[in-house]
Amino acid sequence: MSARVITLTVNGRRVSCPVEPRKLLVNFIRQDLGLTGTHWGCDTGNCGACTVILNGKSVKSCNILAVQADGGELLTIEGLAENGELHPIQKAFWENHALQCGFCTPGFIMQAYWLLKQDPNPTGEVVRNMLSGNICRCTGYQNIIKAVLAAAKEMR
Amino acid sequence: MLVLDSFEYFAPTTVRQALALAEKYRGRSRFLAGGQSLLPMMKLGLASPNVLIDLNRIKGLEYIKEAGKWIRIGAMTRHNAIASSKVLAEKAPIMVEAANQIGDPQVRNMGTIGGSLAHADPAGDWGSVLIALRGLVQVTGRRGSKLVMIDKFFVNSFTPRLRSGELITEVRIPTPPRRSGGAYVKLERRAGDFAIAAAAVQLTLDNNDRIRSVGIGLTSLGPTNLRAVKAEKILTGQLPTAEVVEEAAKAAAAESKPVTDPLRGSQDYKRAMAAVLTKRAIMMAVSRARGGG
Amino acid sequence: MAVTALFGARVKRREDPRLITGRGKYTDDIQIPGTTYAVFVRSPYAHARIKNVNVEKALKAGAIAAVAGRDLEGKIGPVPCAWVITNADIKVPKYNPLAVDKVRYVGDPVAVVVAETPEKAHDCAKLVEVEYEPLPAVVNQEEAVKENAPLLYEDVPSNIAFTWRLEGGNLEEAFKEADVVVEQRLINHRLQPTAMETRGVLASYDPSTENVTVWMTSQNPHIHRFLLSVMTGIPEHKIRVIATDVGGGFGSKIHAYGAEAVVTYLSKILGRPVKWMETRRENFMATIHGRDHMQYVRLAAKRNGKVLGLEVKAYANLGAYLSTAAPGIPTWLFGLMLSGPYKIPAIRCEVFGVLTNTAPVDAYRGAGRPEATYLLERMMDILARRLGMDPAEVRRVNFISRQEFPYQTPVIAMYDSGDYLTAFNKALEKLGYSEFRKQQEASRKKGRLLGIGISSYVEICGLGPSRAVRSTGFGLGLWESATVRVHPTGKVTVYTGGNPHGQGEETTFAQIVADQLGVPFEDVEVIHGDTGMIPFGMGTYGSRTTPVAGGAIAQACNKIIDKGRKIAAHLLEASEKDIEYRPGMYSVKGLPDKKVTIQQVALASYAAGANELPQGLEPGLEATAFYDPENFTFPFGTHVCTVEIDPETYMVKILKYVAVDDCGKRINPMIVEGQIHGGIVQGIAQALWEQAVYDENGNLLTATLTDYAVPTSADVPEIELDETVTPSPHNPLGVKGVGETGTIAATPAVVNAVLDALSHLGIEHIDMPLTPTNIWKVVEKTKSAREIK
Repeated sequence: MSARVITLTVNGRRVSCPVEPRKLLVNFIRQDLGLTGTHWGCDTGNCGACTVILNGKSVKSCNILAVQADGGELLTIEGLAENGELHPIQKAFWENHALQCGFCTPGFIMQAYWLLKQDPNPTGEVVRNMLSGNICRCTGYQNIIKAVLAAAKEMR
Repeated sequence: MLVLDSFEYFAPTTVRQALALAEKYRGRSRFLAGGQSLLPMMKLGLASPNVLIDLNRIKGLEYIKEAGKWIRIGAMTRHNAIASSKVLAEKAPIMVEAANQIGDPQVRNMGTIGGSLAHADPAGDWGSVLIALRGLVQVTGRRGSKLVMIDKFFVNSFTPRLRSGELITEVRIPTPPRRSGGAYVKLERRAGDFAIAAAAVQLTLDNNDRIRSVGIGLTSLGPTNLRAVKAEKILTGQLPTAEVVEEAAKAAAAESKPVTDPLRGSQDYKRAMAAVLTKRAIMMAVSRARGGG
Repeated sequence: MAVTALFGARVKRREDPRLITGRGKYTDDIQIPGTTYAVFVRSPYAHARIKNVNVEKALKAGAIAAVAGRDLEGKIGPVPCAWVITNADIKVPKYNPLAVDKVRYVGDPVAVVVAETPEKAHDCAKLVEVEYEPLPAVVNQEEAVKENAPLLYEDVPSNIAFTWRLEGGNLEEAFKEADVVVEQRLINHRLQPTAMETRGVLASYDPSTENVTVWMTSQNPHIHRFLLSVMTGIPEHKIRVIATDVGGGFGSKIHAYGAEAVVTYLSKILGRPVKWMETRRENFMATIHGRDHMQYVRLAAKRNGKVLGLEVKAYANLGAYLSTAAPGIPTWLFGLMLSGPYKIPAIRCEVFGVLTNTAPVDAYRGAGRPEATYLLERMMDILARRLGMDPAEVRRVNFISRQEFPYQTPVIAMYDSGDYLTAFNKALEKLGYSEFRKQQEASRKKGRLLGIGISSYVEICGLGPSRAVRSTGFGLGLWESATVRVHPTGKVTVYTGGNPHGQGEETTFAQIVADQLGVPFEDVEVIHGDTGMIPFGMGTYGSRTTPVAGGAIAQACNKIIDKGRKIAAHLLEASEKDIEYRPGMYSVKGLPDKKVTIQQVALASYAAGANELPQGLEPGLEATAFYDPENFTFPFGTHVCTVEIDPETYMVKILKYVAVDDCGKRINPMIVEGQIHGGIVQGIAQALWEQAVYDENGNLLTATLTDYAVPTSADVPEIELDETVTPSPHNPLGVKGVGETGTIAATPAVVNAVLDALSHLGIEHIDMPLTPTNIWKVVEKTKSAREIK
């Protein structure tokens, strides 16, 4: 129905945009903001490819309406590297071959980002549990766990 | 790409406003709490409200506080906030244990206890935990609030005791006394799945190690979260010996009402698991009540 | 300047910088102005006649186009089957891109709507009215061949699309000589490939040039171009298919589907770009499924475990239509491998391809080989049980020994090289097989359920030698192309017909070329996926990219080196036979100071002056090779795993998983390991969690990721890898391919371990997936049967 204008900070920049209430946040990010690094892979909020940081929390942007992000602060994969310098998590994924087709990767990186903010020194088991909301079909998770633990070490 | 059906959207900032909107659009509207159950349903076309009333802008519904003999939790409190609550970790750790087993981390950042209860999924976790704790649900309507015993709150699958124009605003659990312990034991095919079956047990031991009081809630074992009444009776006043626990577990299985889930478990399997999980949850609760882990 | 060898190096991937920063370009990421959006209307019935399709309301509501099946008759041809297997009495029913008279599975597309925005398309699609006359449906292949089963096609009696046979050796004699005959029904159940990116297409027809550019989630853009041309009638050379970044395929993005042709056609008639991306539900309902092979097996053996013969009768569920490669998967790619790593003198195989009211079934990671390996590895364990032998011993007795290669199996396949026993011993030792057996014995007394499972496999991949492939009825040979172009400044572009979508060849191919031409790794770029830039290529699947596409690149490099030698000779004023080549450098024999770099040679080839190029030699320094492998490749190995089953809930936990694989030489071991990891987890997932489930009315119960149980990081064990290296003797690089081995090996390793844990309870077999409820059912049944006794 009728569009309403939402205003939010995206990767540090303020944006204002009219959206229909029914527009999912993930579609808003991809279509209206043109930030296609955040992906979608399912209909039920299981795969986690759409994970972003909203108001400091990792959330599945396919299970949130864009209008709910009004007035909020959004961080997507595009906002992680600063001044062209890769974030340690991104570096760790690269170094540890923690991605193959890359489709699930931004979602994993954002979830890892949030996880390491909560717990800078997680055990392997904690990492496995905290990533259980993200599905990868290519890597079998082995190198993803390795990468997140390596990033944690690097960041401490 | 996934597109939802159109709807009108309101984001009230007070409970009063929310209720007025629900009244105005009676029969055509739904409340949006965490959205982790509602939005997937809308995406699959299983729910198509004309009006969505977003509760997330209402201030003052997210809290966990001790108030005398009760612990009061705001309906919009996120599962993750419960999982990391120091108050609950100390006073009612079964809540923390259950919160950590709901969905996945991202879902827990958004999903709410009130939304979960209002959804009344027989596979929902909170109802069983509240049954075990003998908790209450505060239901607020235009004419004011009332407290509903959790036992009376679920009418049927996905059917809570909520009229249109009523909202859950708070959940209350009696603060467990000393020598209390609880456990939520959940069986799932793989991480983040709906429970094949789960058992919530909260009990208090007296100074002679007898079970003074006990609550047992069962998940995915009936049309709603269920209380295992007979099992509770068997345990009450008894020493938690292996035989007594076994008997209670068998009773819980007998009074459960599972149906076959073609993907997760047959009726017979679920019934057998009702006994296994109840037994395990009782033993863990006893151990914790005694001061163990 | 010394060049460090890159072959065998764990080089960080080229692909990653764009992917870890969200700058990958997947099909849905591509946004061009003027794009319109398509939504398909799909059948809610598994089997029904279409009485009427009414698109009026959709058009009135603002749809730019609304098209039903009958509107496309004469406009778009049927979806072709490209593997019309020979000698199988095959019937290929008409597979309309949009259903016309009948729908045959839930999700079968019936109409399509196009609108200016995704929201409008969604709303308009809901207004399409379809009148159905429901018909009885059949979903199980054994039910479908029975006398009174619903018939999907008038001209396919008993729903049997083909009957295929393969046989070798004297089976009658084998069963006569046998001391024991083991009979077992095995079900290799249906799976959903679940690439994280669903399928989609953006077609942009330009009326001024009559060219259409089609961005597609494709594993093989040239094949899709070819088939799109066949289906839409748009001339092949006027179609450009571009697979940009593709989010996984696992076979599901090889095939032709009606949707992509319909969208391309719509773009043409509208003269505007049209985009369609599947929802996950559509992906689960209508993108191909895998496996679904029901096997009746008889094994003849001697008392000492020696297998004499194997007889298999199988029913392959093909779904409602014959998909692109569907007939060959449960037949050729299955039957050829029925000897496995064992000496089995007589084998007979009969496969019925059955049509049912379910989604079409086609190649999914492993494609036929998992079905063969699962069969062999389960039968070995069941045989061991019957004979009271250790499963490891039974395998030792039957392995083909390393002296016996090349080994001709009774089922046509000739294994080029192998050493099964070494990999087997390595795996068992690494896991601690004998210690575990002791531990298992002790723990049983305490009521614990511990088990160990072995899976020894050999598989056929590196698809494949064109003559052999074509003789089976496959539509095209499976050679591969490569163009290696050295630019005047010495930089190199490699155009490959392979189309990796996660397998890392942008990196590994650069490693190969950098090594062979002796140029810096950074100077080599690998291009794939764009039919406008690359000669015809067959794509990436069947573990073929490294051996076959890599082989083509190696050959192209050789051609360049040869031409470079001629130019170097001229530059160095020496005769060609006196020129020595080390990577990157040509020099005169015995005169090490008389040398010239490959970069200098490149510049000379373009400068082409009298001092630079000998008379009669064409300028330029590039070469194209079409490499047709002389044989398939046969990677092999042994996986072993241990499990513990909770004695009350019957939840299975994998304790340890060890894999020893031999894929020949490894160009980038890090990437190889990644492929094996991913394959193993998919194989474990089939054993324990995943299953595509239809109810009896043909409704797919596993149409969401909530219901279809793909494992998460919290579910999977840590995997230990090791290797043996037996280079392929015929492949120019000595590589065999590795993309599917994990999936092929893992499933039986886990199933065998679970059954091993239950063996003392008298249970011989349980069908997958080994969910707690499935295990419990059999244990309870066995317990009560024993009590009755």
